[in-house]
Amino acid sequence: MTQAVLPPQIPIAEALKGDPSRRRRENFIRRLFLGAAAVSVLISAAIVLSLVGRAVTFITNVDLGALWTSGWFPRRGLFDIKTIVVGTLIVSLIAMVVAIPLGLGCAVYLSEYARPRVRRLLKPILEILAGIPSVVLGFFAITFISPQIVQRFFSGSSLFNMMAAGIGVGVLVTPLIASISEDAMRAVPASLREAAYGVGARKRTTTVKVVFPAAISGIVASIIVGVSRAIGETMVVAIAAGATGGSIFQLDPSQPGQTMTAAMTSLAIGSDQVKGGEFTFESLFFVGFLLFAITLALNIMSERFVRRVREKY
Amino acid sequence: METATLTPIVQRGLRARERGGPFVPGEGRTVIEMADLSVYYGDFRAVRDISLKVEEHLITAFIGPSGCGKTTVLRCLNRMNDLIEIARVEGRVSYHGVDLYGKGIDPVEVRRRIGMVFQKPNPFPKSIYDNVSFGPKIAGIEGDMDEIVELSLRKAALWDEVKDRLKESGMSLSGGQQQRLCIARCIAVQPDVILMDEPCSALDPIATARIEDLMQELKNDYSIVIVTHNMQQAARVSDMTAFFTAEVAESGDRRTGVLVEYDTTEKIFTNPSEEGTENYVTGRFG
Repeated sequence: MTQAVLPPQIPIAEALKGDPSRRRRENFIRRLFLGAAAVSVLISAAIVLSLVGRAVTFITNVDLGALWTSGWFPRRGLFDIKTIVVGTLIVSLIAMVVAIPLGLGCAVYLSEYARPRVRRLLKPILEILAGIPSVVLGFFAITFISPQIVQRFFSGSSLFNMMAAGIGVGVLVTPLIASISEDAMRAVPASLREAAYGVGARKRTTTVKVVFPAAISGIVASIIVGVSRAIGETMVVAIAAGATGGSIFQLDPSQPGQTMTAAMTSLAIGSDQVKGGEFTFESLFFVGFLLFAITLALNIMSERFVRRVREKY
Repeated sequence: METATLTPIVQRGLRARERGGPFVPGEGRTVIEMADLSVYYGDFRAVRDISLKVEEHLITAFIGPSGCGKTTVLRCLNRMNDLIEIARVEGRVSYHGVDLYGKGIDPVEVRRRIGMVFQKPNPFPKSIYDNVSFGPKIAGIEGDMDEIVELSLRKAALWDEVKDRLKESGMSLSGGQQQRLCIARCIAVQPDVILMDEPCSALDPIATARIEDLMQELKNDYSIVIVTHNMQQAARVSDMTAFFTAEVAESGDRRTGVLVEYDTTEKIFTNPSEEGTENYVTGRFG
């Protein structure tokens, strides 16, 4: 009797099905993690929905002429979108002019040139810098960057100006770019560097022609994260760019300006407690929606770009 | 001046052909000479007192058990060990009579003349064409790049397989093809010596056989030093064989590599002078 090997009470067909309670537990765990993943999707959707409703209310009801005036004065019904969009662009551009060379330079140094001991010292400092609250940097921008740097080189610039804000945001974004691109460059296998040295490449050639292209997807990602952060940054701009004085449209970065985020904040916290006109409140959502759309577009663009230039190793 | 006798590759190739065949050990000139070479990693002496001469147009194999320092020695020959911060070299390595670790010697210039093929195929994540043209481009070599690429790929016995897909990534090739691409990349800078660090250890037997055949072709134009784990490979391809082993250092448990015997491959495998060599090549240890 070969069947005598098995315990007689459980037929083999049942035994192979295993313990049903264990299977149920496994299923439960799986659903738990699925739920966690789903929540993030749901929240994203909820954010978009909450913005879209009021944004549509705003854009359908407001006098379209009010969107193209001389400044951003939502309480008076003047919603000049170009003031805050251009303000955002100027501040972000200045920030990236500061942060891209500094951040990438820092990343190249840490990944390719620094001795291990130096790297072990510098990397944590960099990460601490990345964690500085933006309010603190806002004060740094207004008490140091603006008087000591901007006003020194651009006489006649206002204490509140877009350049100081832009440099402040740049300082904020630099460690972000440095850290992410350093990780990307360090992930490039050492064998590729050896290959380059083996055919007589110098360190800089190896860095520029081998490591950089191989790490390009991470580097571009770091820049996109940086740009998104710069566009979305609020506190530094609200403090240093002149949230109230900057509402008139102008392009001079040595003068006050207003960004989309700072405009939203000053309106939302309502420094003068005035509710404003009919669609003042709704304008907030419209600007928020614009911000969302801009960062989304940036991400899609970078995704496409990276897919095209990426050197897969 | 020894350096004045440096002959261009083409002339050497012609001379070898005039002789009606490859060099025989003992006939050619010395390309690389090591004298009392020791390598340290920090305080640890990885290899000690290595002295041997590498002759032109021969394949010189370094064999020995793991950890005996053969790769370490190989990487001294084109100053690849410079990349390891704690590595330090004592003794002398000369190339055509010039001390490679002498004052003012640029390791980059050394590596352009003494190329390297690595254990794991490591093509750049670039196109096949760009892989081969990388070296000549950065070295500023004049001439028709298409021609250099084609010639290098032909010499590496890869041209026929890739000529219609030069724009494709080097990573898309099979392991054996990748290694031949690495050989093409190496010879594109027209080196004098090619160092191969276990070039077939990641390859299947068929790909290995192709590389071995290729090495026989290449030795008409280059001098080759190969590190191999595989004794049969050394016996098949090399003209000269150096047998290394690891000896336990006087102090502590770390092991230092030493050169046991260096002779013609035939001698090493049929009638070695040292007992240690015989034990190893007959498979009694290692």
